[in-house]
Amino acid sequence: MDHNLLIGGAAGQGMDTLSSLFERYLMRQGYQVFVSKDYMSRVRGGHNFIQIRFSDQPLTSHRYSLDLIAAMDETTIREHLPRLNPEGYALCDEKLQEEKGQVLGFPLEASAKEAGNPKTFTTAFLGLLVKWYGLDQESIEGMILEAFQDRSPEANLKAYQLGAGLTETRIDLPQASGKDQILINGNEAIALGAIAAGVTFYSAYPMTPSTSIMNYLASKQSEAGIVVEQAEDEIAAINMAIGANFTGIRAMTGTSGGGFSLMTEALGLAGITETPLVVANVQRPGPATGFPTRTEQSDLSFMLTASHGEIPRMITALRNPRESFYQTARAFNLSEKYQIPVILLSDQYLADYSVTTDVFDYSHITIDRYIDEDSEYDHETPYKRYALTENGISPRLIPGKVADQIVLADSDEHDEAGHITESASIRIQMMKKRMGKMELLKDEIEEPWHWGTDQPEVLLLAWGSVAGPLQEALHLLQKEKDFPEVAALVFGDLWPLPVEKLKKLSASAKSIINIEQNYTGQLAKLLRQETGIFCQHSYLKYDGRQMTPEEIVEALKKEVL
Amino acid sequence: MTDVKCFHSSDPSAWCPGCGNHALLAALKEALAQLDKKPHEVLVCSGIGQAAKTPHYINTNGFNGLHGRALPPAFGAKVANKDLTVIVNTGDGDSYGEGGNHFIHNMRRNVDITHFVHDNMIYGLTKGQASPTTQKKHTTEVQTEGVTLDPVKPLAMAITMGATFVARGFVGEKNQLIELMKAAITHPGYALLDIFQPCVVFNKVNTFQWYKEQTYTLPEDYDSSNKQQALMKAFEWENGIPLGILYKEDKPTYTDQREVLREGPALVNRKLSPERVAEFFNDFR
Ligand SMILES: Cc1ncc(C[n+]2csc(CCOP(=O)(O)OP(=O)(O)O)c2C)c(N)n1
Ligand code: SF4
Ligand SMILES: [Mg+2]
Repeated sequence: MDHNLLIGGAAGQGMDTLSSLFERYLMRQGYQVFVSKDYMSRVRGGHNFIQIRFSDQPLTSHRYSLDLIAAMDETTIREHLPRLNPEGYALCDEKLQEEKGQVLGFPLEASAKEAGNPKTFTTAFLGLLVKWYGLDQESIEGMILEAFQDRSPEANLKAYQLGAGLTETRIDLPQASGKDQILINGNEAIALGAIAAGVTFYSAYPMTPSTSIMNYLASKQSEAGIVVEQAEDEIAAINMAIGANFTGIRAMTGTSGGGFSLMTEALGLAGITETPLVVANVQRPGPATGFPTRTEQSDLSFMLTASHGEIPRMITALRNPRESFYQTARAFNLSEKYQIPVILLSDQYLADYSVTTDVFDYSHITIDRYIDEDSEYDHETPYKRYALTENGISPRLIPGKVADQIVLADSDEHDEAGHITESASIRIQMMKKRMGKMELLKDEIEEPWHWGTDQPEVLLLAWGSVAGPLQEALHLLQKEKDFPEVAALVFGDLWPLPVEKLKKLSASAKSIINIEQNYTGQLAKLLRQETGIFCQHSYLKYDGRQMTPEEIVEALKKEVL
Repeated sequence: MTDVKCFHSSDPSAWCPGCGNHALLAALKEALAQLDKKPHEVLVCSGIGQAAKTPHYINTNGFNGLHGRALPPAFGAKVANKDLTVIVNTGDGDSYGEGGNHFIHNMRRNVDITHFVHDNMIYGLTKGQASPTTQKKHTTEVQTEGVTLDPVKPLAMAITMGATFVARGFVGEKNQLIELMKAAITHPGYALLDIFQPCVVFNKVNTFQWYKEQTYTLPEDYDSSNKQQALMKAFEWENGIPLGILYKEDKPTYTDQREVLREGPALVNRKLSPERVAEFFNDFR
C-alpha cells in the first residue's frame, strides 16, 4: 500500500492544522508517513499545498501521482487534477463541485456552520478524510480535543463528527505495524542533534528556510538550557557564535545562502583563529533573494571556497532527517577535534519535509571536547594558543579556566602566542599547520552511500537531499526491463571529498550521470576537479521544486535508452 | 591590588611614538590592577585598526577579530562565561562605522561588557581617511573637499539607544581616565566610554592641544541620572566638550533577563550529556 494525498488551499485556511493532525494520526496508527510542503512566500492567500504520502513500507520521497486531493479552494482542483490517478478523487466543499466525475463535493461549510463555528471547516474536512479511509475514529477525537483545547474544542469535535458522517468508507487500508516512531523534518533533526551535542547557545538571524532550527531551539530554551539570540544580522550571528566557542561552550549558527554570503568573512576568522564552529546552511534558490520558500542545491561550489584566503574546512551535506541528527552531533566533535569550521549543508526540501523514522539513538553520540583542563595543564610555561605541534593541532585552553594562563586569538597572521607577525617563515609554518588539517580529515570522512550493483554500466551521482527521490527512482528502474545495470553514489561528506568508491565504481561505468538540483552541475564539477572523472550526462533541475522519483526515471530513460 | 606588571605584554608595540594609545593602554592596565583583576579573569576583544591591536599589548585573554566586529564575539564570550570580565578596546571607525549595527544592538541588549572606544576621529591604520566622528570640513586624501557628512554623536546615540553607562574620557586626563575605566568596568550592563585619543600622524586638526582646550570636566554635583540633561551634554561640542560620566542608570542586564543565564553556573561550567535530548522526542510522536 502506498497512498498519496494532497491538501491544497490558500495561506491562512488552516491547512497546517489539518495536516499536522492527520499526519501524526497516521503515524500513531502505525503507518510510515512522508509529508512535503509547498509554500509561497506570503502569509495570506496564494496557493499552498501539502502532500501526505503514507504506506506500510518505509518512504524516502514525495511522488508525482496523487490518489486523493483535499481541495480547500478552486485553484487546488485546477492545478492538481492532472496528477490524479484515474481511480482517485478530489474532495471539496459542495460549492466548488462543477462537473461530476472525479470531483466530489460535500457540505463541509454547512457542517462547520452547523457545528457552531465556520472556522471548524478544516476539522469537518478531517472527519471526511478519516472516514473515507476507514481509520479508527476514537483515537483521533482525543487528538482533536487536545489540539483545539483553547479554540472551541467542542465545536471542533462536532464538526469532525459531522464531516465523518458525510461519506462511506471508500478505501480499505491494510493494518500497519505500530513501532515506536517519530515524525520529524530536517531542521528539527538538526536542532535535536545540536541539543544532543551539548549546544548551549544558538545565534541566528531569521531567514527561510533555516528559521525553524532557531524556532525549535527557542521553544526549548529553559528545558534544554540553551540561550537563543536573534542577532542584528548574520555577521553578528556568526561572530557571536565564534566568540562563544572561543570561550569554551558549544555554540552554533544557521542561515540560508544570503545570510551565509554575509558570514563568509567570519568563516575565515574561524579558520585562521582555529576556533571550532558549526554552521548550517539551509539552501534555497539564489542568487540574492531568489526563491525564498523553494529548494535548490546551488551553494556547494560557494561553500567550497567561501571566505577570502585559504582555510581548512569540512562540508557535509545532509541526506535525510535521521542523518541530520547524527551528522549535526558529529560536526561538533570534528570541529573541536580539528579546531575548524564545519558546514552542514541542507536545503528547503529536507528542512521542511517530515518523515517517520525510528526514535534516534543518542547512545551512539559522545561529546568529545579536546580541551585541556586546569589539572592537566603545565602552569610553568606560558600557554601558546598556536603552538606548533607534530600534527598541527595546538592544545586548546579555554580563557579564564586555567589560572595564570591567558589565551590570545588573532585574525591577523600570528605567531605561536597569537601575536601579529609579518614574518615570511612563520606565515609558511602557520599555513602548513592550518591547511595540514585537510590531510588529517581524510581519515574522518565517510564514503558516499552506495546503492545497486558493484559493477555498474550506468553510475548515478548525487548528493544531499536528492538521496530520497533517487532511492525510490532506483526501485522504479528495477521494473524497467531494458535499463542497464545501475548503481548510485550519494554523497554526504563532500569536503574533503571521499573518492574511493567513486574511483572503483566509475571504472566499469560506460555512462556516468550526475543528478542535482542546480544549473551548473556543482557536484560533477567538484568530482572532475578532484579526480578527473567526467560525468557524460546530467539531470539538473533548478525550478525550485524537488525532483520526484518519476521525473528521475523519465530523465534517465531519455539519457540512457 | 594586583601588581600592574602582571598586565605587561612581551609583544613590542607598533604604535607611533607620541600616539595617545600608549597613555590609554597604561590607564587600562592601571584600572585593572586597581580593581584587583587577574590577567586570566579578563578578556579584551577588538576589531581591526590601530586601537584594535590592544589585545596584543596587554597580558590578558584576547580576541582580535574582524574590522567592525569587536562586539559580537564579546557578546558571545559573555554569554558563554558570565564570570569573565569582557572589555572591548577598538577604534571609532571600527565601533561607529563598520560595526555601527552591532553598536546599536548591544546597547539594547545591555550585555554586561565594557566598550572603550579609542576615538582619534580618524582612520589611523588605513592612513588618514575620515571616520564617522571626523568633523565637517576636515580634508583628507579621500575627503578632498572636506568632510560633508554630519559627524555621528556617539554619546547621544548611546543615550537614546538605552545604554546604561555613557561616558567620555581623554588620554590627557590620566587619573580621571583610570577612574572612568574602573567605573565602566564595574558597571553592571553595557558601558560605553568614548576616549579622545590623539593620532599624531593622521589627525592634525584634533591634536592633543585641541582636545585639551576643547574639553572640560563635568562638575562634582553633576547628576548623571538625569537623562534629558545627559542628552544635552552629549550634544555639547563647539563651546566645550564634557568629560566624565554623562549618564548612568541601573537596569537589568542581558544575563539578568535571560533565565538560562541567570540561574546556575556560567554556561561554560555546565556538564552536558547527549541524554538531555531524550525528553524532546515526545514532541514528534
Ligand atoms: C572588512 C574590512 N574593511 C576594511 C578594512 C581596512 N581597515 C582596517 S582598520 C580600518 C579603519 C580603522 O579605523 P579606526 O577603527 O578608527 O581605528 P584606528 O586605526 O584609527 O585606531 C579600515 C578601514 C578591513 N581590515 N576590513
Ligand atoms: S597612526 Fe595615529 S593612531 Fe595609529 S599609532 Fe600612529 S599616532 Fe596612533
Ligand atoms: Mg580611529
